[in-house]
Amino acid sequence: MRARELRKRFGAVEAVQGIDVEVRRGEVFGFLGPNGAGKSSTMRMIATTSPISGGSLQVLGMDPAHDGPRIRARLGVCPQDDTLDTELSVRENLTVYGRYFGLSRTHVRERADELLAFARLADKAGSRVDELSGGMRRRLTIARSLVNAPDLLLLDEPTTGLDPQARHTLWDQLYRLKHAGVTQILTTHYMDEAEQLCDRLVVMDGGKIVAHGSPAELIRRYSTREVAELRFGVVDHARFADQVTPLAQRVEVLPDRLLLYTDDGEATLAAVHSRGLEPVTALVRRSSLEDVFLHLTGRTLVD
Amino acid sequence: MVMSRPGAQVQPDPEPVVLDTASAPSGLLDALARQVDYWATAARRTWRGGFATAFVTPLLYVAAMGVMLGRYVDASSPGVGGAPSYLHFVAPGLLAGQAMLLAFGDATYPVYGKVTWDKTYVGMIATPLRVVDVVLGHLSAIFVRVTISCAIFMLALSLFGLFASVLGALGALLTCGLVAFAFAAPIFGLSAGLRNDSAFPVIYRVVQVPMYLFSGAFFPLDAMPALVQWLATLNPLWHGVQLTRMAMLGTPEWGAIGMHVAVLLALGAVGTWWSVRRLTHRLIT
Repeated sequence: MRARELRKRFGAVEAVQGIDVEVRRGEVFGFLGPNGAGKSSTMRMIATTSPISGGSLQVLGMDPAHDGPRIRARLGVCPQDDTLDTELSVRENLTVYGRYFGLSRTHVRERADELLAFARLADKAGSRVDELSGGMRRRLTIARSLVNAPDLLLLDEPTTGLDPQARHTLWDQLYRLKHAGVTQILTTHYMDEAEQLCDRLVVMDGGKIVAHGSPAELIRRYSTREVAELRFGVVDHARFADQVTPLAQRVEVLPDRLLLYTDDGEATLAAVHSRGLEPVTALVRRSSLEDVFLHLTGRTLVD
Repeated sequence: MVMSRPGAQVQPDPEPVVLDTASAPSGLLDALARQVDYWATAARRTWRGGFATAFVTPLLYVAAMGVMLGRYVDASSPGVGGAPSYLHFVAPGLLAGQAMLLAFGDATYPVYGKVTWDKTYVGMIATPLRVVDVVLGHLSAIFVRVTISCAIFMLALSLFGLFASVLGALGALLTCGLVAFAFAAPIFGLSAGLRNDSAFPVIYRVVQVPMYLFSGAFFPLDAMPALVQWLATLNPLWHGVQLTRMAMLGTPEWGAIGMHVAVLLALGAVGTWWSVRRLTHRLIT
């Protein structure tokens, strides 16, 4: 997948404002950003169901405007909203879908068995879709997107709305797919998800790419090794900022806490205490992509 | 493909035997053939309810209107609209009307739901299928379903000896399919673009019911004022009823048949074009 100066306009709004992205074979690539950053618009253009407004886009070496059906034959799409057919059983959702790709009945039957096992839904094969939990539906949607053994899998916020256990199950399955050589492009607004899954990612904000690299690179470039988090209870944290600013390389003030960016969290914490400051809680952790995002945009990802 | 066994090491399974690879459809027929399993599976889930609608309900209408009401009509004015009995007159109207009712039912909520509720169409166009394939697939499914339902209804009608000839019966059945197409296509277009479903009850009351009542199904329109007669020519169902009646009574007028068929085909064709356009605007943004 290769995009140059890619743009998407909806009337007066330009959702994607000229982005350059290249995804290599076998890679797991992430679009990270808050809601409205232009992630889903980009995904829909790659999925060939949204015409581009400017720039150029190639998917699997083909032009989405002319080769839509041929591209989609090799694409797996897991949309943000489930588009499962609630009239059909779990198994039928897979077999019927496989037929749209021109696969034979014998082939889709075997493929459905494999995918049901992969998604841990074998015992639900005959159930109706509306009897499934949110996590099971999501797994079925992902299983369905694999029915054609795609070369490129597009996952738009695959774990949004799932409980932590269901998320980890899904991460495990996506990791297995990566090992099986499936190229994946995913969007997420969960930093931990991006860190867990992505080889490389871009951070999007307001339709633009504000940073790109591997999770580790981004953290190295835009953050410190460690972060000390201080909470002073229900007070305005800004009034402590001046006192701690000399103690760290950088300080972020959030409504409920102060973030002190430093290479040695424990030493910084000791310095805080030696100044006579007594936070209600204090912890030291490693920097994460959340910190990168905060640094780049001045906002947290929480909506 | 990698299978997941809880606790097992991540290890790719041996490559499965490749029986088939995914491909773009070779043409429209291939695209439609790929959707047959979907529509057949969906039909298997609903055929019992469909059977009742196709057979029992219209049969009650035939009994109440054709047989019971027909007794009074025949007693006071025999030979309504040139038919041997009121039952002979009204039965083709009920048959064509049934085709219209089923087409309305199939092209309203089910289409709207696949755009808005289940987003089934969104899932379908993420495959090699195009919007035009999906529209033609659904319209074909409606055509087949309505034609089969009408065939079942015709079996019941045949018990009353209401078909002049086998060829006429075949003509009536084809007309039912044509009526279904003529109505389903434009209604599909309407449903595909709607933002909420509150329009449907209004359409049923303001469009469907008057169309049925003033289609010439229940009483001949020749005795009506000129304005009503002129309005009837704008009513697609009137064309359907005229065709069905000629076919069942065995009184073909070829010029008129050509005109009626042309009107219904044109309505279906324009409706199909509009449906593809509206669904494209809705899904490809």
